[in-house]
Amino acid sequence: MKLLLRTGVGTNQWGNNSLFNLNSLLMILCVLILFVTVAMPMTMIIYGTFFYGFKLEWKIFLDVVLDPANITSMWNTIIIAFWVTTIGTVIGLFYAWLIGRSDIPFKGFMKTLFIIPYMFPPFIGAMAWGLLLAPQSGYLNKLYMSATGALEPLLNINSIWGIIFVEICYYFPFVFIQVVSALERMDPTLEESARIAGANQFYVIRRITLPLVLPAIASGAMLILISSLSHFGVPAILGFSQNIFTLPTKIYELINRSSGSFEGIRQGAALSVLLVIVVVAALWLQRKILKSGHYDIIRGKSMRPMVIQLRSFKIPLLGLCLGTLLFIVVAPLFIIFAVGMLKAYGLPLSLENMTLRNFEYVLFHSQMVRDAIGNSFVLAIMAAIISMFVGTMIAYVVVKVDVKGKSLLEILSLLPYSVPGIVLAIGVILMWSGAFYINLYNTIWIILIAYIARYVAFAMKSSSASLQQVHSSLEEASRSCGATYTESLIDITLPLIRPGMIAGFFLIFLPVMRELTTSVLLYGPFSRTLGVAIYSINSEGNTVQAAALSGVAIIIIMLGELTLRFITRERKG
Amino acid sequence: MSQVELKSVTKRFKTKTLGLVTAVQNFNLTIREGECFSFLGPSGCGKTTTLRMIAGFEDLSDGEIWLGETPVSVKAKNLYVLPENRGLGMVFQAFAVWPHLSVFENVAFPLQVRSESRSEIEKKVKEALRQTNLSGLEWVYPSDLSGGQQQRIALARAIVTSPRVLLLDEPLSNLDPKLREIMRFEIKELQRKYNFTIIYVTHDQAEAMALSDRMLVMDMGVIMQVDTPQNMYNNPINQFVFGFLGLSNFLTVEWADGKVYPVGKKDNPLDCAIPAGFPERRAVMALRPNEIELVTEGGLRTAIKQRIFLGDFIEYRVQVGETELRIQSIRDQGFRVGDNCGLKFSRIKWYSAKKDKSDEERERRKII
Amino acid sequence: MAGVTVKNVTIAYGDKPIVRDVSFAVQDGECFAVLGPSACGKTTLARGICGFNKLNSGEIYIGDKLVVSKSQKVFIDPEKRDLGVVFQDYAVWPHMTVFENVRYPLKKRGVPKDEAKKRAMQAIDLVRMSPYADRLPSQLSGGQQQRVALARALVSSEKLLILDEPITNLDANLREEMRFEIKELQRKIAVTVIYITHDQGDAMAIADRIAIMDTDGRIRQIGDPETVYKSPQDSFVYKFIGLSNFLPIELQDNHLFVVDGEKKIPFPVKRPEYISKPQFWAASHPSELQIVKNGEGLPGTVNHVIFLGNTYEYRIQVGSYEVRVIQDSAEAMKTGIPVIGESCGINFDIVKFYEDVQEGRV
Repeated sequence: MKLLLRTGVGTNQWGNNSLFNLNSLLMILCVLILFVTVAMPMTMIIYGTFFYGFKLEWKIFLDVVLDPANITSMWNTIIIAFWVTTIGTVIGLFYAWLIGRSDIPFKGFMKTLFIIPYMFPPFIGAMAWGLLLAPQSGYLNKLYMSATGALEPLLNINSIWGIIFVEICYYFPFVFIQVVSALERMDPTLEESARIAGANQFYVIRRITLPLVLPAIASGAMLILISSLSHFGVPAILGFSQNIFTLPTKIYELINRSSGSFEGIRQGAALSVLLVIVVVAALWLQRKILKSGHYDIIRGKSMRPMVIQLRSFKIPLLGLCLGTLLFIVVAPLFIIFAVGMLKAYGLPLSLENMTLRNFEYVLFHSQMVRDAIGNSFVLAIMAAIISMFVGTMIAYVVVKVDVKGKSLLEILSLLPYSVPGIVLAIGVILMWSGAFYINLYNTIWIILIAYIARYVAFAMKSSSASLQQVHSSLEEASRSCGATYTESLIDITLPLIRPGMIAGFFLIFLPVMRELTTSVLLYGPFSRTLGVAIYSINSEGNTVQAAALSGVAIIIIMLGELTLRFITRERKG
Repeated sequence: MSQVELKSVTKRFKTKTLGLVTAVQNFNLTIREGECFSFLGPSGCGKTTTLRMIAGFEDLSDGEIWLGETPVSVKAKNLYVLPENRGLGMVFQAFAVWPHLSVFENVAFPLQVRSESRSEIEKKVKEALRQTNLSGLEWVYPSDLSGGQQQRIALARAIVTSPRVLLLDEPLSNLDPKLREIMRFEIKELQRKYNFTIIYVTHDQAEAMALSDRMLVMDMGVIMQVDTPQNMYNNPINQFVFGFLGLSNFLTVEWADGKVYPVGKKDNPLDCAIPAGFPERRAVMALRPNEIELVTEGGLRTAIKQRIFLGDFIEYRVQVGETELRIQSIRDQGFRVGDNCGLKFSRIKWYSAKKDKSDEERERRKII
Repeated sequence: MAGVTVKNVTIAYGDKPIVRDVSFAVQDGECFAVLGPSACGKTTLARGICGFNKLNSGEIYIGDKLVVSKSQKVFIDPEKRDLGVVFQDYAVWPHMTVFENVRYPLKKRGVPKDEAKKRAMQAIDLVRMSPYADRLPSQLSGGQQQRVALARALVSSEKLLILDEPITNLDANLREEMRFEIKELQRKIAVTVIYITHDQGDAMAIADRIAIMDTDGRIRQIGDPETVYKSPQDSFVYKFIGLSNFLPIELQDNHLFVVDGEKKIPFPVKRPEYISKPQFWAASHPSELQIVKNGEGLPGTVNHVIFLGNTYEYRIQVGSYEVRVIQDSAEAMKTGIPVIGESCGINFDIVKFYEDVQEGRV
């Protein structure tokens, strides 16, 4: 954000009139796209909440906000987000420090492993933990009860704490990734000079290292906070059966219960306004508490930082790391695939109960699943391509073109970052189900529009990071070599940002493949997505098939992640 | 006694491209109390590694390091004192000023670590800031200061505890030339006032010569020569040291029949005696550009190829065989491009023309 | 070859003029340096010549062709100005090999393929980069990248090169080497060069003529290096073109005195004819001063003796002033090196007088 706001340095100031028109045209096009996909739906929510026809009306908003059930779900949302953010940050920080500054073995390998939970779709994780720790049917609980003869289950995952636990498992990498990279970028002499000044290792961590990585911690924690506040999958899967609602699941329930009636949607919109208020308040509060520093970490000579000798703690801490990974990655993976192979849910996990029939069924015999996979692929590819081009165009205007009003463009494009997906979905419904004579409800196009609105910011960030690195002198050099403005764009700028665009493509493709929050509100009978399919099979009680399909989804996503990693590595080298 | 003593210090590294590299080989060195001692060498020669071993950031592969009467690293006994317990001051190339602390807090840090009293801290920080010309900037944050001021903070932080030994790792390399000269002077002044022992690592020969009482030149982990700046400049032990200490010309000559001449130019002999100790009848003569005299008559005959006015002096370039010689003259003798001239040499240094192992090794490392 | 004529050019960013009313004419085949402190507007001027900045007023001709004029509403796009540019940050395209980088301008100017290849290879050869023709810039050092940029600029135009601080990012030894290489190349192919720099050493080594620009974006003096060094127009130029000592002088009864608070120290130099004020300044370059021990000269005490290899620097305390004297070390060996604390005299053979001292940000 800060980087993007630094403008005017590398911008084109070439005084050619036709160019000026081209730039203005680009600018207008960008604003138009963002206006239709982002600004209008948001406006529609506010309009839908506070207006009836053209009349101002507070009643529905007050009714919804004062409903005790909704207040309870608001508190649940806040409590969950608070603990997920706090504990997730501490865990992420601890492992980041262990990998970044201690002599623990297999660092590179462990760094990759700790990123895996980040790729894992949280709602599939929630399903897996449900299979393991549901109060009566969870395999771990059953094991415990049969082993000890206890009548009470060991742990109940279908609780607020269960939801918190599962979200932590999949969200702590946000802090981990940010802090590890901050530690890697940090000039080791900053810590060394503190050592020379007489401070011991722990004093240095407390007074130097931690304050210096605070901005990284803050931005990681903010990601956790936003994600948790607007998260749908985990509380939906673990909470519905126990009537534990959060704001996103409550919004879903309101709309689902009214089966798409306008009144239900208006109630949902009103609750969305509440959710947005909570998100904004939380962000504001967090900024107050963790006021991030007014400095950048200076990059120094590439030297190996001094690592802390763990000595006798080395093996126990290594064990802890591996144990954590086993617990949060391997156990859920195992149970997903194991249950996916069961003949029926509830049977013991033994070989004679195993079959590949479920996989066969979901892949080849279920029209619904096949449609869902197809839809997800089509949606992912289209959303990724369109968002990538639109995002690159916006990034180009923001970074390289000197026209008025581009800060508006930037705010518009980054807005969906902090707007929960479910809120955006309601806005899209309000806007595209006939309000402006276009009704896309129940088609995949309405989902596509929501995806583009939600993910254009990703593509824009990725492309503008690459564009920042294309110093204006590279383009000027080609102009002085006889290339026109357009030729220089094609010969120099585009090839240089191509890796950024490809990375942007995957940064959208992958989340869309596992998307649930937005599509669960927008899908129609023939426009289910992969996430929705898993979710509905699971809610219908076909646990083994849901598990099998989850296994398939995980394989698709992992392959995609590997491709992304391969591409971004190429780019560095 | 706050001398620093290195006994057979050796450091080996494993690298990906070069395999096992001896970064520092068998260093034996005593740095005297109150002395300003420079490690001079090209990048990658091992000078920073040596300094980091003294600071305690690197362990030794072999040997011992003593600070005064105290051993701080002794490989044989597995003795190793942590950096924070060595009582040193150190300044780094990249300043390493903590961006989240104000100038005052930066400088106060070493005293806080030692749990000194508030009033004591106040007093000492004020004094250190005064000495480094930072008074009045106490509550400013480093990001609002220039590179020179940041390096002054680092300097103040290093001297605030009055350490007996100060380690400086290329402290001026990130500053612009004018500022570098000013800071160089200030460091020298500080040392005169506080009389600490300074170990100064640099790749800039002028800096090393201006600052040090004694210095060493090293390359590829080996000490080549240890001496005072003047002695070393006047009597470099080999061609590498000669070349490293300033602008230089190397002209390969042969001799026969009592005449010395540039390789292959028997008809254009030099006006000098045959050097002793080169049975192969061939040697490299090393010359500083300001020690070649241009004359109209006699001398080694050549013509002026280029004349460049550089303010303080005039630089001429002449061709002798395959070699282009640079001549710097403080007086304008009226030579113009194309004029014939003669060269007279004074204070010639002679070195062997044979390539030795270290040249090959240098080439090998350069390629990678 | 093409000369460049800059007439009354003013360039402003917003309301702030960066370049003010600059005029000069660069001859065909000349190497012309624009020298000034950082942020003085010299780069802005260069960008104006290239066509990357608009002018607020004035006009620029390349050869006989008017390329930009505010009043006549002429603006030729950079790609049509037929020049080569080398930037401070090299600006070598990272996704193209050395050869592709250098061939690019020929491709854009419609040179047939075979000829383009030949000419690109020639240029690469000229900057001694032939062994690296197939490498990507990321595999090259800074100096090598700058050579590629130079080769690219050379094929881009045989008439005019604009070099904007081309060697500032290189380390000292390499910079010295590149200086002479650029000069050699320029001489060999007789191309017109406009060389932008803040380093007076670079400017003197490379340029046939130097224009000195001040922090306001005005040109103070234009002349060949020797003239500028020996006869600086004003104290700003004097200070900028080399190391300098400035002493305040007062004229009393036809004799000169160094003013030191209440004290007046006799200054053993004849009164200048060209100064009318009673109080003025004496400027000297440290290398033009000599230490004398026979009781002559301005009396002082030796404060510091600094050995720098090829030179010695002395700092002499004169009243409350410190005067810097630099002596060639070969010379110093002959005359003897002063000792710290010793009294001595300073001989001001070459000295300039100015009525005021202008504080340039130097």
